[in-house]
Amino acid sequence: MCLAIPGLVESIVIVDDLKMAKVNFGGIRRTACLEYTPDASAGDYVLVHVGFAISVIDEKEAKETYEILAASGEMDEFINDVDAAKVGEK
Amino acid sequence: MKYLDEFRDLKLAQNLSSRIKRITSKPWKIMEVCGGQTHTILQYGLEDLLPAQIELLHGPGCPVCVTPMELINKAIAIARTPGTIFCSFGDMLRVPGDKGDLLQAKAQGAEIRTVYSPLDALNIARNNPDKRVVFFAVGFETTAPANAMAVHQAKKLNIRNFFLLCSHVTVPPVMAAILDSSENQVQAFLGPGHVCSVMGWKEYEEISKHYNVPIVISGFEPIDILTGVLHCVKQLESGKAFAENRYARAVSVSGNKSAQNILHEVFEEGDRLWRGLGAIPKSGYKLNENYKEYDAEKEFLVEAVNTQESSLCISGEILKGLKKPWQCSAFGKECTPENPLGATMVSSEGTCATYYKFGKTQVKQEGDLSLV
Amino acid sequence: MSELTQSFDLSCLMPSGSENIVKLGHGSGGRMTTRLIENIFLPVLGNDILNELEDAALINIAGANIAMTTDSYVVSPIFFPGGDIGSLAVHGTINDLSMRGARPLCLSAAFIMEEGLPIADLEKIVKSFQQACLNSGTKLITADTKVVNKGAADKLFITTTGIGIVEKFPAPSVKRAQAGDCVLISGDIGRHGIAIMASREGLDLETTIESDSYPLHNLVWSILNDSNEEGYEKIHCLRDITRGGLAGVLNEIANASNVGIEIREDSIPIHQEVKAVCEILGLDPLYVACEGRLVSVVTANMAEEIVSIMSKHEAASGCMMIGRVVADHPGRVVLRSKIGGNRIVDLLSGEQLPRIC
Repeated sequence: MCLAIPGLVESIVIVDDLKMAKVNFGGIRRTACLEYTPDASAGDYVLVHVGFAISVIDEKEAKETYEILAASGEMDEFINDVDAAKVGEK
Repeated sequence: MKYLDEFRDLKLAQNLSSRIKRITSKPWKIMEVCGGQTHTILQYGLEDLLPAQIELLHGPGCPVCVTPMELINKAIAIARTPGTIFCSFGDMLRVPGDKGDLLQAKAQGAEIRTVYSPLDALNIARNNPDKRVVFFAVGFETTAPANAMAVHQAKKLNIRNFFLLCSHVTVPPVMAAILDSSENQVQAFLGPGHVCSVMGWKEYEEISKHYNVPIVISGFEPIDILTGVLHCVKQLESGKAFAENRYARAVSVSGNKSAQNILHEVFEEGDRLWRGLGAIPKSGYKLNENYKEYDAEKEFLVEAVNTQESSLCISGEILKGLKKPWQCSAFGKECTPENPLGATMVSSEGTCATYYKFGKTQVKQEGDLSLV
Repeated sequence: MSELTQSFDLSCLMPSGSENIVKLGHGSGGRMTTRLIENIFLPVLGNDILNELEDAALINIAGANIAMTTDSYVVSPIFFPGGDIGSLAVHGTINDLSMRGARPLCLSAAFIMEEGLPIADLEKIVKSFQQACLNSGTKLITADTKVVNKGAADKLFITTTGIGIVEKFPAPSVKRAQAGDCVLISGDIGRHGIAIMASREGLDLETTIESDSYPLHNLVWSILNDSNEEGYEKIHCLRDITRGGLAGVLNEIANASNVGIEIREDSIPIHQEVKAVCEILGLDPLYVACEGRLVSVVTANMAEEIVSIMSKHEAASGCMMIGRVVADHPGRVVLRSKIGGNRIVDLLSGEQLPRIC
């Protein structure tokens, strides 16, 4: 359900009282409505579903998620965590 | 593309895969709620990266599949009314009612247009003031605010030839219905990331608590889904059950307030029929009193046609995760994407259609290609 | 739906799924097209040559080995980024001849015009048709024109038939793929389909993508004749990618040769903008049309040489080896995804629709 793709807000115009933006998705552009992301501005990445931005991508969270995954360190900590819980059960 | 490619990384996938394998000690059944997640799982052959003990059950989160046939029949009847332009998302066009689908109605002369956004349908109404323009407003909570905005704008701009044929459904009631079922097999859920972008994830904390079931809000890329599975297994293996958000780049606790506001301004909660599942109380949205003049069902007085039931089809059991497509005697035989018998085959995102398309026609063995 | 008449149960609603009229999906090059050909056309019209279902038929007429093919062009819009219906009608037919190793000689064309078509547009298209003939060393030797009522056609349809001569054998054939062969592609996929889609009204997509429409006869000539070894023996299949996309061609080869094909997702070239449009609309690029790309299946020891021969041509500068022919799972195409999982790449049933929800 709900195919939504991240794109870069390039410019914003008001059309019929609606906040509309040119959004760049990997080199192609389409208009998207920013009414639901009133704080989005040029340079932000928004998640677009059926022509509407439904959220501004949180760059910090994205980076953290990626870095935690990319770091192998979490692996051991994580497994210890589960092992500890299992020991706790016993 | 930024925020897509890095979440399709081979090394990360392998890393997550080995971590999942390492901590899995028992068989677990995890349901991904969204059709979009099902699509990713099949498109990337993601089950090949999971241990054999983990079974992914594919849930009812495809709005196209669960739209009741009665409404498809109405859509076709409306589309055939002279002087009408019927607008729809692409996927809905192929969903069959009693007597063919919208593509067939189009072939016979009905003016039917595929649109990308509900605002495109509104523009068509503006540019064709002498016609009645109907938009087939299907979708979960992610899509409903977009549809709401189209009708909100129509009212503001006094566009009177624009109507919605509504079939909005919501996720929490159907999850509760699955968990309430005496045959339920789901032990944990991957929560619907984009629904939660709009609605936040508080509702899922309540479900998790009430039913003592782990719910991990997950995104739609392979790495997001593997991460979701990892954290489901982590909870299951350690005997915990809580809701957690693993799609933090797009989901906040309380969601998108602006979208929720318009949603509530235009729609009200209502009971909904789910194709393959039946009626579920308060599981959808309909236009409220202030917007009733935009309701296509009131504007076009078309009769609902009775529907037949197939004794062969098991799509209800598939939507609830009780059975896999290959356990259906009709799968790939009487029932194919060209001639679907039920909900899960009608949309390309439906579980049966996805299995058919990606050739998953037999029970999966670890490392096996699942070839016929 | 004001009252609850059914409980939460396992009932399932069955549509009749009537198939009593032709739908657009029957023209998609997918499973519906195959069924239409197998159920309606071949039982009545089938014969030893037609039943081969090759890009072009080979026949011996009075001692000459002739290749013949026919194709209708109904593209809308008739002018699109990177080409128009005139050049397309030549390139498509040239390519079908070339895929059998034939040297294109001459063409016939029927122009079906809708009442109201601007003469200026027609002039442009006729000139473009002629230019494409000149570029590919062919000649239009017979033609027909018809005009139909407004609404009975979409501006202009062109049906082109081509004749070529086959000078060496064995000719490449969809039936000749063998386990162990390598699968090569001449360039990135999906440009034609996406250029057409983006230029239609409604989607409102701004792209710079142009159609890949291009005549492939020179490329094919090089593939077959420029290698050190005997190309005709070692080049097993050549197939141009058209409406069913790369997936369609690979399935045709796997079925006709009764072999399996394995491809790697990360080796399939796709232009960034094509990929982006596919992401937005939920389309699978493997099923998007091309008009100037080919797949060649060659013996493994020739693969590298053929890649280097192909990459000297502008039309194939992005050529890649994308996979192998295997003895396992005959008739099936299996893709190894970017993250290491496997999936089967089947024919689509009908046309690919934007997957929005």
